Amino acid sequence: MSFPLLTATAVLPALGAVATAAVPAARRTAAKWLALVASLATFVLAIAVLVRFDPDGARYQLTESHAWISAFGVRYELGVDGIGVALVALTALLIPFVILAGWHDADPLETGSRRWRPTQGFFALILAVEAMVIISFEATDVFLFYIFFEAMLIPLYFLIGGFGDRAHEHGEETAATQRSYAAVKFLLYNLAGGLIMLAAVIGLYVVAGNFSLAEIAQARANGSLHMATSTERWLFLGFFFAFAVKAPLWPLHTWLPNAMGEATAPVAVLITAVVDKVGTFAMLRFCLQLFPEASKWATPVILVLALISILYGALLAVGQRDIKRLVAYASISHFGFIIMGIFAMTSQGQSGATLYMVNHGISTAALLLVAGFLISRRGSRLIADYGGVQKVAPVLAGTFLIGGLATLSLPGLAPFVSEFLVLVGTFTRHPAIGIIATFGIVLAALYTLVLYQRTMTGPVKPQVSAMPDLRVRELVVVAPLIVLLIFLGVYPKPVADIVNPAVKQTMSDVHQTDPKPEVEAAK
Amino acid sequence: MSAAVVHSLWTTAADPISKIGAPKIEYGQLSPTLIVVGAAVVGVLIEAFIPRRSRYYAQVFVSVVALAAAFAAVVALAADGYGTTKAHIAAMGAIAVDGPSLFLQGTILLAGLVGLFTFAERRLDPAAHGNRVDSFAAQASAVPGSDAEKAAVKAGFTTTEVFPLLLFAVAGMLIFPSANDLLTLFVALEVFSLPLYLLCALARRKRLMSQEAAVKYFLLGAFASAFTLFGIALLYGYAGSVSYATIAQVVEGNVPNVDPALANTMGNDALLLVGAAMVVMGLLFKVGAIPFHMWTPDVYQGAPTPVTGFMAAATKVAAFGALLRLLYVVLPGMRWDWRPVMWGVAILTMLGGAIVAITQTDIKRLLAYSSIAHAGFILAGVIATSKDGVSSVLFYLAAYSFVTIGAFAVVTLVRDAGGEATHLSKWAGLGRRSPLVAAVFAVFLLAFAGIPLTSGFAGKFAVFKAAAEGGAVPLVVIGVISSAVAAFFYIRVIVLMFFSEPRPEGPTVAVPSPLTMTAIGVGVAVTVVLGVAPQYFLDLANQAGVFVR
Repeated sequence: MSFPLLTATAVLPALGAVATAAVPAARRTAAKWLALVASLATFVLAIAVLVRFDPDGARYQLTESHAWISAFGVRYELGVDGIGVALVALTALLIPFVILAGWHDADPLETGSRRWRPTQGFFALILAVEAMVIISFEATDVFLFYIFFEAMLIPLYFLIGGFGDRAHEHGEETAATQRSYAAVKFLLYNLAGGLIMLAAVIGLYVVAGNFSLAEIAQARANGSLHMATSTERWLFLGFFFAFAVKAPLWPLHTWLPNAMGEATAPVAVLITAVVDKVGTFAMLRFCLQLFPEASKWATPVILVLALISILYGALLAVGQRDIKRLVAYASISHFGFIIMGIFAMTSQGQSGATLYMVNHGISTAALLLVAGFLISRRGSRLIADYGGVQKVAPVLAGTFLIGGLATLSLPGLAPFVSEFLVLVGTFTRHPAIGIIATFGIVLAALYTLVLYQRTMTGPVKPQVSAMPDLRVRELVVVAPLIVLLIFLGVYPKPVADIVNPAVKQTMSDVHQTDPKPEVEAAK
Repeated sequence: MSAAVVHSLWTTAADPISKIGAPKIEYGQLSPTLIVVGAAVVGVLIEAFIPRRSRYYAQVFVSVVALAAAFAAVVALAADGYGTTKAHIAAMGAIAVDGPSLFLQGTILLAGLVGLFTFAERRLDPAAHGNRVDSFAAQASAVPGSDAEKAAVKAGFTTTEVFPLLLFAVAGMLIFPSANDLLTLFVALEVFSLPLYLLCALARRKRLMSQEAAVKYFLLGAFASAFTLFGIALLYGYAGSVSYATIAQVVEGNVPNVDPALANTMGNDALLLVGAAMVVMGLLFKVGAIPFHMWTPDVYQGAPTPVTGFMAAATKVAAFGALLRLLYVVLPGMRWDWRPVMWGVAILTMLGGAIVAITQTDIKRLLAYSSIAHAGFILAGVIATSKDGVSSVLFYLAAYSFVTIGAFAVVTLVRDAGGEATHLSKWAGLGRRSPLVAAVFAVFLLAFAGIPLTSGFAGKFAVFKAAAEGGAVPLVVIGVISSAVAAFFYIRVIVLMFFSEPRPEGPTVAVPSPLTMTAIGVGVAVTVVLGVAPQYFLDLANQAGVFVR
């Protein structure tokens, strides 16, 4: 038996989490280094997965399959396609940056008993989330996926509720109240989504008799598993609801601004750049493969909801006074693009959506982490408290600008490629929706540039005047992300090559072919 | 006329009583119950003859040995095949020895053993006048606040009677799910209920509340028992027998031989419907299903916490076992009649328990409403009327009982000057003061909420799957919705423990003896093992899922 590489990518951070949590209270720094090493080692494993993966090979590769709970027909089945590989790599790439950026976020205040170890807890929870996210990208058994899709809520909940920005404009007590409100809202939304999905998972089992994605998809394709139209639609809705909460899609998005606003910047990156991708990923992998007919049936409504997400998120981002909430609404707008790309049912759209997941992860991480450094310096999240930062801290301002430009999809930076593909893919099948969605880009330019202008340009505010520029640790975090943004913006081929075959497969699952170009059709 | 002739005017000579055969009792197969009853009797003798200072040790020793031995007997019987191939009806038709019986008996015995550890805990309360004391009143007969009570406390009395009471209750619970005729069912019901009424009244602190709880429990329990008994009478009138097998036959329409005395009533469906409803009502009272749940919060709150934990776990196991047997063995022929009613009860119980729990401010009351909601989830499995339904309920009960005992054991640890600090506001910031205790309690809460990788999820999935396969899809949907509602209040406690600032005058966490630690440790271990690798136990429950008829 070959080495279980995929299991290792999930087990390693899990072990890292346990080890980090076990570090004695006084050895805080050791815990941080341990967590960083564990996340880097996971990244190395993810690279190994990337190398071993053959884009033109079998659909699911590096597969593992073991009996687990046979009473429920559940198997421990892992396997990755191109989309999964890309997202596993993205996750493993971002976590070391998250850990490094949050280096001092959980240093304990003086309260609490000797056994209270917030630092160890913070980094252990981040690694636990990483392990669960990675295994949900790799699971090819619906039940296995569901377990970790739900279980990851618990460490995230503690990350949001237990750790906030050091300084808060309304004092620590209000901050704690708002934090626990945000954490509870996050958990209840996602738990409700997950429980609705549980009903659908049980329903799927009753219909199909097992949970294996490959088996069910095959049985559906060759007709041996017949699903009544209404059954398929109900099950699809159950699954989609959970993913739409996670992604999040308008009108199920309201937990995200709270969670991102109250969490520290690294945790906010973890949520929006990594965890939310599980939602969009699962739409591609589970909704489209298991319920192709229902997916087509629901497409018009989902496209409209995605369109609303794009415009509504962008409009609200323009009106935000809080930097992190602004990025949250911008993310809602971007998730609208991703979902639109998935349900446009064209290969450009879906390739674009997958690329978008990767690029959005990197660009949001860059923007939000720099924003986090900014906020930790001034002790405020309000845009109005800043001004003229570029004179005081030019490197910080410059990296912030690049992150912002990536967010508005400037050509030459990575997100442009994916946004363009999504729009083209949507336009070929649904021209009207494609055209309206384009306005989202205009609004993106507005909120990003206004944010930059208000915080970085203008006269230097007195509280900002002594602001130090980026430190070495912070540069180590930001520089690689910016290099990646530029590299993938100029040369997206490596990622596209991995993703495209998997997208073609998914397209054939839903029995869709790209619409022929008009000229050719006219012939 | 001779006297004999006169006598013959109003009497007839019966056949001479030839021989009353001695009943055939399979002692070996009944050994689990017999061991526990025997030990309980020994416990009573210990109270009478052993000096006061050694009673505690003698009682704990006898009880632990008895429960362990009874569990070993259950395992031996199961290994011998009595759960599967050799399942049969023992003791002249009174007791069924089959898979569900043995599985539930094993669960009850283990729950009893773990519960016993929490009963025997003597390190939590500060020593009174140099004597280590437990959670039970110094002298139950002393009026609260009286001089007699003070004298009893000063003399260091403890109520070691709780151990034989616990054993009697366990003995009744062992018979309850395996009773195979209605009279045995009723006797078992009373055998385990009466000790529980007493135990509820024995709290060392807040004695008035404890006695109030016991009176409420007793009165309502007596009503429920009366209903059950009346129902049994009606069913006898309907079937001419109290035996499960005979009643089932009559329900299905083959009346073997009509008793002339009952010729007018036998086969009368009105008697069947009313009688069955009344018996089921008595059982639903014991499991705490809405609308028969009114006693639950008050009794859970007032009873000494170790008793609450034991009662919440073991009573539910025993009562659901009896309910399953009644519905699956006696009344399958009228499932089209009882299923809609049980649907209604299950929906009410799930939603009602979850919604009312939201407003609770006392941790014990909160857990009481949570137990009501769980009764609703289990009912969803009962309604499935399939083999999967049986095994999923068995699994759920095993998973649930250890979480419950563990959770209540944690409640006993959080104390302030007035004893246990059960008001939720006092739990604020517990995670900062005692991260380990708070984390353990969080694990139990997550298991109650049914989060994946805990036993609660595996159990919930099993019953919902069985219900969905049995066609009760709307029930499953309502089940997941009430799970979402229930999650809210479990999460609220976690928020309170971890994200709220500790109060300056907050409670302290007592360091327990290894006894309570074992109870909590077993709870955590079972929660995790049944959550991550439930296969073995699901198989066990699956093998045990067939009733003998």
